[in-house]
Amino acid sequence: MELLLISTLKVILVFAIVLGALSPLAGWAERRQSAMIQDRVGPNRASIGGFRAWGLFHPIADVIKLMTKEDFVPATRNRYLHTAAPMIAFWSAVVTFAVIPFGPWLQIANLDIGVLFIFGIASLGVYGATIAGWASNNKYSLLGALRASAMMLSYEVTLGLTVVGVLICFSTVGAQELVVAQAGPIWNWGIFKQPVAFVLFFVAAMAATKRAPFDLPEGESEIVAGYFLEYSGMKFVMFYMGEYIEMFLWSALATVLFFGGWQIPWVPFEGQTWYEFAGVAKFLAVLVAIAFLQMTVRWTLPRFRYDQVMDLGWKMLLPASIGNVVVTAVVIIATPAGGVLQRVALLVGNAVVVLVALAVAAAMKGENKIGVTTEALRTQRSEEAVH
Amino acid sequence: MGLNNGESSGAGLLEGSVMVTRLDEVTKPGGAQGIINWGRRWSIFQYPFVTACCGMEYMSWMCSHYDPGRFGAEAPRFSPRQADVMFVVGTISHKQAPVLKRVYDQMCEPKWVIAFGACASSGGFYDNYATVQGVDCIVPVDVYIPGCPPRPEAVLDAVMLLQEKIDREGPERWARREAASK
Repeated sequence: MELLLISTLKVILVFAIVLGALSPLAGWAERRQSAMIQDRVGPNRASIGGFRAWGLFHPIADVIKLMTKEDFVPATRNRYLHTAAPMIAFWSAVVTFAVIPFGPWLQIANLDIGVLFIFGIASLGVYGATIAGWASNNKYSLLGALRASAMMLSYEVTLGLTVVGVLICFSTVGAQELVVAQAGPIWNWGIFKQPVAFVLFFVAAMAATKRAPFDLPEGESEIVAGYFLEYSGMKFVMFYMGEYIEMFLWSALATVLFFGGWQIPWVPFEGQTWYEFAGVAKFLAVLVAIAFLQMTVRWTLPRFRYDQVMDLGWKMLLPASIGNVVVTAVVIIATPAGGVLQRVALLVGNAVVVLVALAVAAAMKGENKIGVTTEALRTQRSEEAVH
Repeated sequence: MGLNNGESSGAGLLEGSVMVTRLDEVTKPGGAQGIINWGRRWSIFQYPFVTACCGMEYMSWMCSHYDPGRFGAEAPRFSPRQADVMFVVGTISHKQAPVLKRVYDQMCEPKWVIAFGACASSGGFYDNYATVQGVDCIVPVDVYIPGCPPRPEAVLDAVMLLQEKIDREGPERWARREAASK
């Protein structure tokens, strides 16, 4: 009974944080931040009783509008799948928060396969996009769905492989154990052992959330709105919220893997009550900082072309992440555990991975450009014509 | 994916094989309607139907200096299903009229139309056989913006007028719509 009560309390708390605070505020923060970047004011007029509250009421207005918007369903849709798709997309993003350790106490389920669980469930989000595109029975939706599924699958390979390096370093896959393993001085954090993995993880995570500069699945100039083209009202928002929540999910996972989770550096956790609150606050601060960085990138970079995304994923990030795994494994086996030697060797190994990746990229430069390929083809054809 | 893909006309509950649900019909006038109108007023997603030179003025209005984002209207949704207000920006020729009508039909209720500039409002100086003499021949227009092209201030004024109009709306809007579609 007590267990049930505590679990219910945890579930309510976690989902209040994620659904009640983070995702509506993300909508507001994103609009205000984009306004800041573009040198304008941003939403600030919606008022309740004369209070404008810096535009904080605009997300509320959005939700009211969208809930009372006509719920459109195309006549030629697949009846069940069209409704199920937004549910899958939303569910797969939300349910992964069950294993995120927000604090020493605030974790819904302490699975010993925590990180694997997150990857398993989060990759189900592909089904949401694919089914949405297919069940809408619209050619642009279908194209968007194909793009989304191809991109998400490509980048999830990198995402999984970057994490492997961190998992080797801490020799566990449990989310809570990962955080506990990063206790002590700040250089115990994952980012000081696997800096390259963090960069790769950050890029791949942005691609996995399908947000700019990786928002090809909804490329307006080409395929109108992508896989959620035929959705209106709350169903459309479920996709949108799913994207936001997924962004927070990858930020939370980055916090767990690379920034010591709720561990405050140099301050050991010995069951103090204040630590439990301070830890949650620290976790959320890091999470919000990473999410803010993702938003900044979103409003800074233009959209990639489709072949550029595939090139980046398969030819750059994936080989680099495989190299990182190999180097990390060799270093961990070859050096005594936990020593200064190992720490330095890891950083040297990371530097080697970066240098090799850059050298390969420089050597490959010009080879993969579409222009060069067509140029080569043209030369070949003209030669054939001569013969 | 044929032409008659079954778009909602926003009129009835069941039309052909298209199911249309509207929360408006369950809400009574008064408090709930006021809250709904407040939400709609501050969350205007636009569908820009830009065809001619007014597009330049539309862009200048959309940019930082005039910033429709202050009214929560900065987000263009290029899927008509997710848009609330259609901006008809520019001259509409007879050849383009069916396209405009079709996009309007594809939009989900509640929806509004703003005729941006002289050509969209009345045909402008294109008083000839090729041009639609005002888009209100095809779709119901809520706000007309005069000018050739209108200044961005005029567009902001139009958005605020539309907000006032949304504020005054009640169930009779739907009765009017339904009567018009029959």
